[in-house]
Amino acid sequence: MSFINYASREINCKIVYYGPGLCGKTTNLQFVYQKTAPEAKGKMISLATETERTLFFDFLPLALGEIRGFKTRFHLYTVPGQVFYDASRKLILKGVDGVVFVADSQEERMDANMESVENLRINLIEQGYDLDKMPYVIQYNKRDLPNVVSIEELRRELNPTGVPEFEACATTGEGVFETLKAVAKLILFDLKKGK
Amino acid sequence: MANPQLVMYDEEFKQINVVLEKLLREANAKVIFLVDKNGQLITGCGETERFDTTSLASLTAGNIAATGGLAKLIGEKEFSILFHEGEKDNLHISIVAGRVILVVLFDTRSSLGLVRLRVKKASDELGSIFEKLMQKSEEKEKSGESEFPFAEITDDDIDNLFS
Ligand SMILES: Nc1nc2c(ncn2[C@@H]2O[C@H](COP(=O)(O)OP(=O)(O)OP(=O)(O)O)[C@@H](O)[C@H]2O)c(=O)[nH]1
Ligand SMILES: [Mg+2]
Repeated sequence: MSFINYASREINCKIVYYGPGLCGKTTNLQFVYQKTAPEAKGKMISLATETERTLFFDFLPLALGEIRGFKTRFHLYTVPGQVFYDASRKLILKGVDGVVFVADSQEERMDANMESVENLRINLIEQGYDLDKMPYVIQYNKRDLPNVVSIEELRRELNPTGVPEFEACATTGEGVFETLKAVAKLILFDLKKGK
Repeated sequence: MANPQLVMYDEEFKQINVVLEKLLREANAKVIFLVDKNGQLITGCGETERFDTTSLASLTAGNIAATGGLAKLIGEKEFSILFHEGEKDNLHISIVAGRVILVVLFDTRSSLGLVRLRVKKASDELGSIFEKLMQKSEEKEKSGESEFPFAEITDDDIDNLFS
């Protein structure tokens, strides 16, 4: 949950990228990191296995600028998508302000997507959050691949409530900033309402 | 929401920094950080510029979260103190007031015993400051008097952040 410091005039918000294994969460953060000016970003930390699968989390701090005299920082985290890392996923969700669900558009990953959304919902409830009442956007990633499911079907299966959704190719960066911006906007508007 | 939002005001921020400065001196420590359990740095003192404080805060919180998970698995509520020993520098990490993390980095000029002792005293002081802080932000929220800076925020403000 956001941390507002009136003494140093800062607001920090936590964004978590969630989704099945290999859907492209880490790739999203890597692209944001590459394209952000040095003065606006901190070091990207990846706690990963030797085969570059996320083991605990990736972390990328962004300090994009000021709003109304307050430094606005976003802390981006990814969870490990592999099913057996569920205990770690729960830990990363603590104190989350907004969630990006990264779906893998490939036909053969549909079941994994659906399982992961369900897992997200359950893990949030455990922390006392309701996915339907928090800043939440969906990204349909890997749109560049040949064997992708149609957007209509993805929407039907993964986005029944009609939250903001984006097509993306995280490797080229298409849709990556659009997704981030959308969730940041929802978080800041939530703060405006007084949470 | 699960936890009340953490808010920091000038008055308490100053009090906290006074306690940390004192701890730094009395424990003969090199640097001290106070981190929110969610991984956000609250404040620090000592040789802070030598460290990547943002990364440090995030990893500390991850560390506390992971050991907290371990504690639950074996039927403990949490491990309230962690100690990491290095060749030169050591880290003493403890949970204060149930929700913030106090990180003390020290070398051979100090000792674990001394740090432990001083941290204990400082924790009590910090605990009461945080209690006041929570009360204050609750009261402000109830009275609707939250001087929230974003009340007037617009679409353009947010677009500008990403330009
Ligand atoms: N073709 C294509 N490949 C992608 C895209 N996004 C990610 N990838 C590739 O998919 C693989 C896995 O990406 P990661 O970002 O590591 O996946 P992850 O979601 O972090 O996976 P875990 O850490 O295991 O949860 C990598 O080889 C990426 O290059 C995309 O949009 N298109
Ligand atoms: Mg990953």
